[in-house]
Parts: sequence; structure tokens; C-alpha cells
Amino acid sequence: MIDVLAAGPVDLLATRSYYAGTFLLLGIGAYVVIASPNLVKKVIGMNIFQTGIFLFFIASAYVEGAQSPIVGPKAVGPFVSPLPHVLILTAIVVGVSLTAVALGLIVRIYNEYGTLEADVLQEVRTDD
Amino acid sequence: MTDLPPFLVALPLVASVVVLFAGLARSETGWPIATLAGLAQLGLAATLAYRVFTAGPISYVVGGYEAFYGIELVIDGLSASVVVLIAAVSLGVLAYARTAGPRGNPFYATYLLLVGGLTGVAVTGDVFNMYVFIEISGLTAYALVASGDTGRSAVAALKYLIVGTVGASLYLLGVGYAYIGTGTLNMADLSAMLAEVGYQSTLVQTAFAFIAIGLFIKTAVFPLHTWQPEAYAGSPDSVSGFISALVSTTFAYALIRISLSVFTPDFFAAVDLAQTLLIVGAVVSIVAGSLLAVSQTEIKRMLAYSSVSQFGLVLAGLAVLNQTAMIGATVHLLGHAVMKGGLFLAAGVIATATGAREVHEYEGLSERMPYAAGVFAVLAFSMVGVPPTVGFVGKWYIAVGAVEAQLWPLAAIILASTLLTLAYFARLVERMYFREPAAADDHVEGESAEPQPDAVVADGGRPSLGMYAAVLVAAALAVTLGAAVVPFAELLEPTLDLLLS
Repeated sequence: MIDVLAAGPVDLLATRSYYAGTFLLLGIGAYVVIASPNLVKKVIGMNIFQTGIFLFFIASAYVEGAQSPIVGPKAVGPFVSPLPHVLILTAIVVGVSLTAVALGLIVRIYNEYGTLEADVLQEVRTDD
Repeated sequence: MTDLPPFLVALPLVASVVVLFAGLARSETGWPIATLAGLAQLGLAATLAYRVFTAGPISYVVGGYEAFYGIELVIDGLSASVVVLIAAVSLGVLAYARTAGPRGNPFYATYLLLVGGLTGVAVTGDVFNMYVFIEISGLTAYALVASGDTGRSAVAALKYLIVGTVGASLYLLGVGYAYIGTGTLNMADLSAMLAEVGYQSTLVQTAFAFIAIGLFIKTAVFPLHTWQPEAYAGSPDSVSGFISALVSTTFAYALIRISLSVFTPDFFAAVDLAQTLLIVGAVVSIVAGSLLAVSQTEIKRMLAYSSVSQFGLVLAGLAVLNQTAMIGATVHLLGHAVMKGGLFLAAGVIATATGAREVHEYEGLSERMPYAAGVFAVLAFSMVGVPPTVGFVGKWYIAVGAVEAQLWPLAAIILASTLLTLAYFARLVERMYFREPAAADDHVEGESAEPQPDAVVADGGRPSLGMYAAVLVAAALAVTLGAAVVPFAELLEPTLDLLLS
């Protein structure tokens, strides 16, 4: 890792493009969550944010030229690390349930106030 | 070696499913089943706590996969205390929720799921497993906040969900950094291997920063508390009592666990910035939380901001990193749960009987509801830290710990926090006892002209025996637990020696 850092920023980006992608996704996700007034878009932003983390884990498991980690009689190493895949599978399930709950809440909010915009919602709610 | 630890998590989870299916056959079966499960859980927790305090920490390897590959459950003195607290508080809130609602089996199923998730956070010895339990607790907490039937609770729950998910995701990112640096997720292995990687490594420091910030959000440390006041104020009374007592508490425990078991005090000794992060979080939370609490007009929002400030104190106890302060942090963590849960439930009792949810509506309350006002005042003074209550003892230990560590500014802030807490509770107590009810009848009519969506939640009826009992027990515990702190501290010492070595 040290020699990569010494190689300069351009090489760093070229060899570790996954990490650049990760932080791009994290940034975009966080921006959408904060800046978009639309509740559904906020949830989409939250999903993008989580996707960045998924990419981060999966990229960390990658080994240059390695096989997929299915061990059998013909399998020859080296293998890609299977553990981050399992972790992220769990995290994806968590993410899906979160999205489901969030969308359920948004439906309720829409039925109650008739809007999906956070700023309109603020006004409607200060009225009552 | 004992086989009990996994049942701590499995029992509430299974009971939750049972409640859900029993609801298909017969409604109104949720409460009895949940209560049975709660009693069994308390028995289990007490048994394990007894073993831990007499025979030392218990560790259990789930499914026979040895640690490093498998998931380990570890119960030491600290986690045992939190597990007992979770079991006890959840039973108390059940007594309250029976008549106060929300009713229906789905509510109790979610409730038990939350108990299981929180217990999981407390007993797990694996950082990724902890993430899963954090998300289980998070999801169920969002659902519980949304269980109020007003639009307000749905909006509060959505805000809680988005902010909470970002917090949990940051925690996961931190875990990812630690995993890439070491290749393990087991807490004991991690602490050894992080030391090998070197505490000056950017990777290790970034891992700590992400995990700490993620858990700051979950614990509601200022300025990352934004989800918390609405979540507490927008949810039904039983839920705000339950969540305020347990959810932030368990996440603060998680922060303590990760800081001491995974990163260890050596990390803080090597990296000044990490300790500074904790101290700054603590100080800002204590001061800003109190000031915001003073400026609130709604009781439940005031209590919520008070939590922000009290968790600042717990964080201060952790940041000092010595035995005395850690005893204080643990005592205040547990004591705050009892007191704050009690205060929210007491506010619920008062709101059920009188509809009063605003600070000014508490005027002359001692004449209308002498007992409820009395209990509320006892809990409030305990929170301020009047001896011999548990609130006093916790703050005392934290302050003494800060003085021992010669962190004078922090010690000054901790002592000042008592005055700040007094500032917002004195305002209420003064209104309850020394003011006439403001022109009772026309005032009430003036109020009802603008309908309060939350006041509708109250049945308008009389608070039940169970509601009073839950609040009374909380107040009694707040007063008497203070005397139990010295023996408790002795029990806790071996655990803390291990954690702080």
C-alpha cells in the first residue's frame, strides 16, 4: 500500500479506481440525502450512499488473477476472499428492508399531508 | 462454559414471531405473550449476570465455528449490566403499554424484536454482527416511532430512518477499514491485530473516526442528534419511554465497547486526536443539549434534548479513560435509562389524565395530580443530581474521574452540567408547585380551539394501575439505586480492569 501512495495521485487513481468510485458514490448519496427536498429522492440518495459502501467491501476482496472461491476437486488457488461477499449480501438485505420501511412511511406521509416535498411538508405542518 | 448466551437473543426473536402468528388466530394475545417472554428474558439475564459477576466473563462460540471464522458472543460485567437493564426496562414499559397502547400484536412483535436486537448489540463479540444487530434495533425503532397514528410520527420516523441509516452505514464503513487493515472481524482478534498494524496508521485512525461518528449519530451526540427530539416527541408515550431508555443507551454502550475492547486505551494514548474527538463531543453535547432543552416549550422535546446532554456526560466518562470515570459512565448510562424512561412515562401519565403536553400547561399540576407531579419531581431532581439519587452518584464518579485525570476544563463542564440540568427542570417543578393553574376552564377551551394532534393519542381516560406502577418503580429505583452503586462498582471493577488495561 505504501508504494502505491509513493507512486503519485494519477497512478493511485488508475490502480485504485474502485476506491475513487466508492467515495464518489458516498459523496453523491450524501449530497442527494441532504440537498433534495423530495422524500423519495432522499431514500434513493440513502441507497446510493449504501451502494458506495458495498463497492468498498467487494473491491477489498478482489485479488488480481484469482478464481472465484468455489472449492472443488479441480479448484486451484489463489481465490478471491469470500467473506466480504457474505457480509455485503447481509448488508444488501438490510438495505432492502430499510428501503421498504422508508417507502411505507412515505406512503403514509403522502396520504396524511398530500405532498412528498420536505419544504412543503414543513409549511403544512406548521399550519396545523 | 454455558449454553445460555444465544438464548438471550433468540428468546425475544422467537417470541416476536410467536406473537405475530398468535395475532392471526386471536388478537389481543400480544401482551400476555410479550410479558411472559419479558419475564423469561429477565430471568435469563439475571442468571447470566450472576454467573458473570461470580465466575468471570462468559464467551460462547455460535454454531461451533471457532472464533476468527465464527461469531463469538462475549458477556462481561459491562454487557451483563446492559442486558439486565434492557430486560428490566422492557418489562416495565410493558406494564405501562398494556392500557396506554399502542395495541395490537404487530406492535408487541416489533417491541420484542427491538429487545432482541438491543440485547444482540450488548452481547456480541464481532463487529459485523454488531452492525447487523444495530440495524435490527434501528429498523424496529423506526417502526415503533411510526406506530403512533398521527402524521407527525410518520415524519419523525422517516427522518430517524434516514439519519440513522447514514449513522449505521458510517459504522459499517469504519468496520470495512478495520477489516481491510487486519482481515478479522472478531473484537478480541481485532484489538490485537490493530495494535500490530500500528495506531499511527491512517487506516486504523480512519476506522476509528468512521465508527465513532457513526455511533455518535446513533447515540444522538450534538450536533448529530437531529433525528432524536422529533423521534421521541412524535412517538406514542410508551414508545418514547422505551426508546429513550434503551436505544441510545445501547448504542452508547456499543461506542464504549468498541473504544475499549477493540481500539483499547493504548490507542487513545497513542492518538491524542481520538481522545479529543470524544471530549469535544461530550462537552458540546452537555452544553448545547441543556441550552436547547431550556428553550423548548413541549415537555417531550425538552426531555429529549436533556438526553442529548446526559449522553454527553456518559461520553465524558468514557473520554477520561480511568476506572473512576468509567464506573461513573456505566452508572450514569444505566441510571439515565431508568430516570429518563420514568420521566417520559410520567409525562405520558400526566398527558393521559390532563392532556398537558406543554411546559406552561404544567402550571399548578401538583393540585390536580399530586402523585404524578410528585413522582415527576423526584425523577427530575434525580436527573439533576440531588444526593442520594443514582443521578448524583453517576455524575459524582465521572467528575471525580475527570479530576483524577487532571482534565480540569472537562471537570468544570461536568459540574456545571448539574446547574444546566437544574435550569430546565427547575422551571417545570416551579410551575407544578408554585403557580396557580392558569384560569383553568377558559384556558382549556382556548387550547382545544387549536386541536393538538398528539393530545388525541391520550385516551382522555384515567391512567391505569400499570401505568402508575411503571412510573413509581422507576422513581423508587432512581432514589434507591444510588445506595447500590458502591457494591455495584466493586462487582464492576474486574471487568473495568480488563477493559482499561
